[in-house]
Order: sequence, then C-alpha cells, then structure tokens
Amino acid sequence: MSTPIDTPLIELKSVSKRFGRVAALDAVDLELRAGESVAVFGPNGAGKTTLLRIIAGLIKPTSGGLFLGGEDLTHGHHDEARKRIGYISHQSLVYPELTARENLSFYGKLYNIENAPERAESLLNDVGLKTRADDAVATYSRGMKQRLSIARALINDPDIILLDEPFTGLDQHAAEMLINLLIRLHGEQRTIVMITHNLKIGLDVSSRALIQAGGKIRFDKPVSQIDQAGFHDLYINVVGGAHY
Amino acid sequence: MGNSKAGLSFTHGVWAIVTKDLAMELRGKEILTTTLMFALLTLVIFNFAMDLTSLTVKDIAAGALWVAFLFSGSLSMNRSFLYEKEEGCLSALMLAPLDRSAIYFGKMIANLIFTLTAMVVIIPVFTVMYNVNVMESFILQSLALFMGALGFNAVGTLISAVSVNLRAREMMGPLLLLPVVAPALIAAVKISGGLIRGEPLEELTAWFQILAAFDVIYLALAWILFEHIIEE
Repeated sequence: MSTPIDTPLIELKSVSKRFGRVAALDAVDLELRAGESVAVFGPNGAGKTTLLRIIAGLIKPTSGGLFLGGEDLTHGHHDEARKRIGYISHQSLVYPELTARENLSFYGKLYNIENAPERAESLLNDVGLKTRADDAVATYSRGMKQRLSIARALINDPDIILLDEPFTGLDQHAAEMLINLLIRLHGEQRTIVMITHNLKIGLDVSSRALIQAGGKIRFDKPVSQIDQAGFHDLYINVVGGAHY
Repeated sequence: MGNSKAGLSFTHGVWAIVTKDLAMELRGKEILTTTLMFALLTLVIFNFAMDLTSLTVKDIAAGALWVAFLFSGSLSMNRSFLYEKEEGCLSALMLAPLDRSAIYFGKMIANLIFTLTAMVVIIPVFTVMYNVNVMESFILQSLALFMGALGFNAVGTLISAVSVNLRAREMMGPLLLLPVVAPALIAAVKISGGLIRGEPLEELTAWFQILAAFDVIYLALAWILFEHIIEE
C-alpha cells in the first residue's frame, strides 16, 4: 500500500488516552513520514508505550484521531493496516513452550506468509539464533528471547516497525546486532518508531528525536539539527530533573 | 516489503491457534494433568463421602461426574489466557491480521478438546469406581457430554479472557464462571442422570433444548463481545 507523498504515513491528531483518572496521553499531535526513523525518549510514565500501542492498534484513543496513510484508523485497525506493522515490546511475545522455529511458523501462519519457512530461516539467521532454532524458548536467555522477538516482529516484512525499549536485556553483541539491523531497516526506507532510554543509541540510529513527558511531546527535532554532546542536558531540562 | 498473501481466513486462523495450543499442551501437559488429577480426586472423595448402594448410585452418579468435570475444568480454564498473557503473546495475536473472535474460537476449541480428552479418561474410571454404566445410551450420553462441555468451555474461555487482566484472577475466574455456567450444568446433570436411570428421551428433550440454547447464546455472545473484552 503506497502513501501519497504529501500525506504523512502516520498522523495523530489531538490524541488523548486516559486510564481512569490518569491521562497517559494529552492531546498529542504527531506526523510521521514514510522512511523516518524516530527515537522517542522520556521518563517512566511519560506515555511513550501508550503512544506506541495506539499506533499499533492495540488500544484505542479516548479522543482524537489516528490516521495511517490518510486513512482513519481511530476506531480500529483493519487487516491491511495490521499487516504493515511490526511491534517489539519489552515482553518477548513468544511462547516459551515452543521452539523458535515453531514460534515463527505459528506467526507466519497468522500473517499468511507466502514463503514462511524460508522467511523464518532468514530471520533466525539475521538474529543469530539459527543454531538454537529447535530448542524450546523456555531455555533461552532474556537476550535470546528478545532477539527472537525481533524476528517475530519482522516475519510479515512490515514497513512500519514499532519498538518499545528493544535494548532491554541485550548483551553488547546482541545490542550491536540490533543497531545494525535498525540501520539496515532504516536504509530500506521502513518507518521506525523506537522508545528507548539510551540517548546515545537512540540518536545514532534515528533521523528524528522526540522527548515525551507528562503525556505530551515536549521536544521534536531532526537528529541532524541536534547537538549530540549537549543532548543529555537538554533532555534533563525538557523532562525536568525530578522525573529523571 | 509486506510478503503476506490475502488475509487469513477465519477458519485457518482458528485452526492455527488450536494446533498451537495442542502443541504447547503436548509438550507441557499441564492442563490435562491438572484436570485429570483434580477430577479423579473429586471422584474418590465422593465415593468415600457417600454411602452408595446400587439403588442410590444411579441418582447421584451424574451429579458427581459433572461436579468433577466442572471443578477440574475451572482450574484448567484459568490457565487458558494466562499462557497468552505471561509473555505478552495476546498482544501479538491482537496485532495479527485476523478477526479477533478467531482468537476466542481457537482457544475455546482447544479447551474443548482438553475437556473431552479428560472425559474419555475419567468416565471409564468412574464406571469402575461407582459400578454404574454411564454410557449405556451411548449416542445420547455422548451428545449430552459434548453439549455440556461445549457450554462450559464457551463460557469458561470468555471468562478466562475477562479475568486475565484482573489482579485476583486465580480467584475471580471460578467465582465468575460457576454462577454463569450453572444453567448448562443443571441441564447436563438432568440429561446424564436421566440417561443413566433409563428415562425415555421425551422426558429429557426440554433439557436438551435448554442446553442447546445455552451453547448457542454464549457462543454468539462471545463472538460479538470478545474483541471488546480483550482490548484494555
């Protein structure tokens, strides 16, 4: 599905989300262009995960509108929209009782993937799990589960990739592998939105940086216009020291 | 980008979830082991607690059998959506291009298979332990057991989905399940008991109708409500 060049790929118009009396998102306006790689920074409780889950279609906004390629998805994602999205959470989203290959095969079936076994094999290779592909996921370390979770999110070859703290639990080698993968995916003109607490990695792999706090986007700039050496201080200043 | 074919059909989606749940259970055997052990313990306790003669056993047999199914089934039912919640897999299912009620029907059919498998093991044990032939009217009793199990799982799977996000889910699941499933249980006990005592089918038709109506209503309700239930 292609998007007209002037239309943002993802657009949030005054989106708010409340959980009881708590406002997780407060009238957020955001436009994301196709091929952008966006890092979302912010303290715990800033509403970053809520923002990502709304874009993914896992929860609906309390008010405001969500558009994908100009199409209104405020009241739910249809199948075509879901096929375009890959989602990586801080949870693994894989079944511990099954092997890595069985997990990918199951998700391949759900997405009705044409060449599922070859796709699974290629992804297992990409995330460095080929030699452990037939072991139950329950025997995996946290980092290995996270790598499998990345493979699962890419099984449908999505053009929109949403990542919620993907570096959690990864060792140095796995983190480098993920950085390279993100750079490659960005090079393939996929749209990436990544929540991370790691300011350096976030700026290294992204073309745009957002800082979210108190349910609002407080800072939004292309990475090329950011003084990376002073970004930590800027971040503290934006979110307020008390939240950091 | 985007190498998936046209959307997955409803039945293929249901089948993918059923086979995944069966594969997980074959590996872990948690649900079947728990269900069988609990059901057998219930039957043993009933056997010792009541003074059964050949005259009274036919009156209480169906009740004892269905209580054993209900108690053991409610334990395993709790686990159904917990498996999906533990590693966040329910989110992954919700992200898939799949009618969300297919998730419900996939889980429900897998649970139904577990219950029916447990019944196949428990009924011969019950027959020996209580010296009563439950399956004398084989076809009608099989139909009653299937319809009762279907109603129980239709409600149980839905309640498992409701309670999985609750803090006191282990307690709330059975607490919500038992009152709702009571009409199906009563109908199933009446039919099974009537068949064991050799009552004519005409006397049991109304109970069959109640059980069938219960099954249809709750399956339809689940189909309509499930999407709203699993959304936080």
